[in-house]
Amino acid sequence: METTPSGTAIDTAVNPYLPIPTTITNITMETAARDIKTFKLGFRNESDAEKFDYTCGQFAEISIFGAGECPIGIASSPMDKGSLQFTVKKAGHVTKAFHSCEEGMEVFVRGPYGNGFPMRDLEGSNIVVIGGGFAFTTLRSLTKFILHPENRDRFGKLTVIYGARSPGDLIYKYDLSDWEGRDDIDLYVTVDKGDETWTGREGFVPTVTQEVGPSSEDAYTIVCGPPIMIKFTIPVLTELGFQPDRIINSLEMRMKCGIGKCGRCNIGDKFVCKDGPVFTYEQLMNMPQEY
Amino acid sequence: MEEKIISKSEIGTLLDKLKEAHSIIAPVHRNGELSFDRIDSADEVVLEYSNTRKAPKSVFFPQQEVMFAYSKTESGTQVREPDLEEDVLLFGVRPCDVRSFLLLDKVFGSDDYEDVYYLRRRENSGIIGLACNNPRQTCFCTTVGSGPFNHDGMDLLLVDLGDKYLAEAVTERGEGMIDNFSDASDADKQKRNDIRENAEKGIKPVVVDLEGLKDKLDGMFDADVWDEFHTKCLGCATCTYLCPTCHCFDIYEEEETNNSGYRLRMWDSCALSLFTLHTSGHNPRTSTKERTRQRIMHKFNYFVHNYDDFACVGCGRCVQNCPVNLDIRDVLSTIAHL
Repeated sequence: METTPSGTAIDTAVNPYLPIPTTITNITMETAARDIKTFKLGFRNESDAEKFDYTCGQFAEISIFGAGECPIGIASSPMDKGSLQFTVKKAGHVTKAFHSCEEGMEVFVRGPYGNGFPMRDLEGSNIVVIGGGFAFTTLRSLTKFILHPENRDRFGKLTVIYGARSPGDLIYKYDLSDWEGRDDIDLYVTVDKGDETWTGREGFVPTVTQEVGPSSEDAYTIVCGPPIMIKFTIPVLTELGFQPDRIINSLEMRMKCGIGKCGRCNIGDKFVCKDGPVFTYEQLMNMPQEY
Repeated sequence: MEEKIISKSEIGTLLDKLKEAHSIIAPVHRNGELSFDRIDSADEVVLEYSNTRKAPKSVFFPQQEVMFAYSKTESGTQVREPDLEEDVLLFGVRPCDVRSFLLLDKVFGSDDYEDVYYLRRRENSGIIGLACNNPRQTCFCTTVGSGPFNHDGMDLLLVDLGDKYLAEAVTERGEGMIDNFSDASDADKQKRNDIRENAEKGIKPVVVDLEGLKDKLDGMFDADVWDEFHTKCLGCATCTYLCPTCHCFDIYEEEETNNSGYRLRMWDSCALSLFTLHTSGHNPRTSTKERTRQRIMHKFNYFVHNYDDFACVGCGRCVQNCPVNLDIRDVLSTIAHL
């Protein structure tokens, strides 16, 4: 129970629109262009930390008072208790205000929202994670979750294909170098175009996916990236034998309430905030093509 | 349930008694227009009217409201909700508008998240409705599962018998309101039945097969007709603002000082071009075609899938007020005959 200066108690469990306070404990600049930052947030109240129970693929609405709110995918793994991480691209009004925040400043959060990845289906299967550019955030959450010692043996083979436009655009470089050395994950990092220092792979994500040729047997694939990447990756996956109900996507949409009331983010009768943002390709094929 | 008689001169007595425990909201003349507002005295109430221009949804879902105030203090930013509203009683509301509250209840009162701002106002509210003896040319409530004498959602329904009202209690609370009045005679009840029959006949159904409409629309997202329906539409959003069941809203902030301000919500409309615009510049609905399609599909297909009801009460306000006479009844008719 929060108490205001005037003593009025607010039970945030009752009003879904009330955000909870967090403090920025760490800021990491992710890209050379300095347009993407990862913020680590600590909860002000222990009880809020306990109640914020999320699964990979969910998002939260971040409030920067004075600017507003925006929906951001949760980038941390649920196994890292007591804090949250959000990777934010500086794009509009609220994200610009977020980027000008400093460590120690307060930021409010409400969530977790959305359906998240279908973890029960994913357990026991081989997992192929395919990400492009900035869309890698919730995939990173999923990868870290799977790799955690308490979880790893519940999943099969883990393949991660991640690409960005240039080396400077790759996010989570620290995680990528950690994962490179491990034998419980097959990691393929690529860039559309390298630079003088780049010694890694070059090639678009769909092409690399084809080259890697991950097996579709007992496998789910989770694909997140810009529309053009998805467009060219789906045929490759289909060729490899992935059925539409085994291809998982996460969508973006303009949102406000995040809880299916304000009417803004619907695709047909589904709300991206509430029935999504995670949809299988099979579901998407049966929805109006209006996103 | 009880049916009593209240003479026209006794309405004031009824209202005075109810005023002791409630804020009464009724049709009154305000700013040159008939609208639902709080009354100071029973004299202000207007019961000889067809319908208000604006729907009474703003009683439970105001056009603009404060969600909370924030202020930065030494011990961190504090968030404070506004105080609870008083107990309201809506008086003299038409059946279509009362039905709209039942539809809004489904959205704001859904099991997963409760919209406390709407629900706190709605929870203790009482409703006394007024039957429609003379539906308007633009009314089509019978098409969408309602009717001029429908009492769903009311505590009490008043029927104008000419020189007096017949009061039909719908709930126990309604019964309590009319305790002290005399019982309606058989003649009174018959007169009510006659007026009702007449009223229902006066509304021509637009679409006969309601079930068929939702199923038909299921396969129609890419149909050619959407190219025709939208051509007149200006995107003025009048239809959505006056509509009793439209519930879309925007959330935004207003700073008071550098360290304090408010988060508010305000009605918004899918008819407006920026409604679905992403920060990236991408907009899934780029023209009035997509937006007109969204309005029709939402009200007569998507809402039905999610809540089992049309998100339309047939009040006809959109028909009355559209500046280019884009008549939703014609749209439904065309679809039904495809």
